[in-house]
Amino acid sequence: MNSSSTQYLNSKRMEVYEPMNPFSMWGDFKGNIYQDAAMIIEVDAKLENQLSEDNSHTTHGPSNQCDQEASKPVDKVLRRLAQNREAARKSRLRKKAYVQQLEASRLKLLHLEQELEQTKAQCALMRGGVNASQLGFPGAATHAGIAAFEIEYEQWVDLQNKKTNNLKTALNSGMDDTELDRLVQDALNHYANLFNIKATVAKADVCYLISGVWKTSIERLFLWIGGFRPSELLKVLVPQLQLLDHQSHDLYNLIQACQQAEDSLSQGMEKLQQTLAEAVACGQALGGGCYEMRNAMDKLEELVRLVIQADYVRHETLQQTLRNLTPRQAAQGLISLGEYLQRLRDLSSTWAMRLCEPA
Amino acid sequence: MDKIETLTSENAIVVFSKSTCCLCYAVTILFKELGVEPLIHELDHDPEGWEIEKALVNQGCNSPPVPAVFIGGKLVGSTNEVMSLHLRGALIPLIRPYQSLA
Repeated sequence: MNSSSTQYLNSKRMEVYEPMNPFSMWGDFKGNIYQDAAMIIEVDAKLENQLSEDNSHTTHGPSNQCDQEASKPVDKVLRRLAQNREAARKSRLRKKAYVQQLEASRLKLLHLEQELEQTKAQCALMRGGVNASQLGFPGAATHAGIAAFEIEYEQWVDLQNKKTNNLKTALNSGMDDTELDRLVQDALNHYANLFNIKATVAKADVCYLISGVWKTSIERLFLWIGGFRPSELLKVLVPQLQLLDHQSHDLYNLIQACQQAEDSLSQGMEKLQQTLAEAVACGQALGGGCYEMRNAMDKLEELVRLVIQADYVRHETLQQTLRNLTPRQAAQGLISLGEYLQRLRDLSSTWAMRLCEPA
Repeated sequence: MDKIETLTSENAIVVFSKSTCCLCYAVTILFKELGVEPLIHELDHDPEGWEIEKALVNQGCNSPPVPAVFIGGKLVGSTNEVMSLHLRGALIPLIRPYQSLA
């Protein structure tokens, strides 16, 4: 550093420092920050001092630091200050977005809690043996049927995950085949329960069941007549099993037979849609915008049969698959199936949360 | 019942059906996919349809009576039984004698 620049700094320092204390000078400096290199260096020193909450330095302190820091390039400091401002701005924006998201979640939570209370009330009524149709509003029985299903299905999923975990523990613990088979049969019965509760809600409102709203969003991508395609699930599971040749052969045949059964039901479904559309379009007009709906209503009753038939195929396929396997293989198959279904549900949650990640 | 007897003894595979029934349609599609042509007897197009339906119910086909499937003169059952047989691999052996070579 040459003497002329030192002199320059010193003279500036004397102009500004003498009448005031360091902190108010920082306040005054803010407006002049770009005009004087010495002042910028002093502001930087002030910032550091404030952060460390050290008020004990004297008027000489900054001047000492000034001498040391006069050798720092000015634009580096300018850049750092600009970066700080930018970082602060981004931080404020992130905080704002986060708070907005919290607000939205809070409202959603309130809404869900209200719904839950209503549903609990309805189910309490149903379980209390009150005839749901006496609830006094149109479609009360349907409403109660759906509410009951949603609760039972959620409990079913919870229990299924527990049973999958039990199977996993049992398989890894070297449990003997008889005991393992007992657990396998228990898991099979649990699937039978699912088809029973689905049949009940099919009779209450088949349109609700077929819409798949009761499933998570990713599961819904695979929807076929109110559930999964059994052949697709088999295709996912079979590669995860260690099979003997004749078992592979049998399972391959099962997948084929299952696909043929699914195709026939799919075509039955198309025929039903066609005849339903015809019944709606050709229903005799009754005046006032009404039309004869009896045929269309009959078709909807048929839809109930179709969905229950699809569930029958699902159930039979599952049973037939396990019949071809040893207890250990069956346990592994059920574990893989349970884990796969839960992964689909977890993916749905992650997918739903993807827009909530911080910027 | 005579009519059932006649139809099922003269035809390899008989499906008693109703033209509006989508499950009856599904069953016939399955047979066609397996290479057989069942005789489809639509009860709603038969003046004696009611009689046949009653007889089928008496034979055990109820809720609902159609589709009612006969193979080789013997009652196999409804959609459930057909699907179940097929998934076990037992349907194709039953119909093999009647599969067309095409």
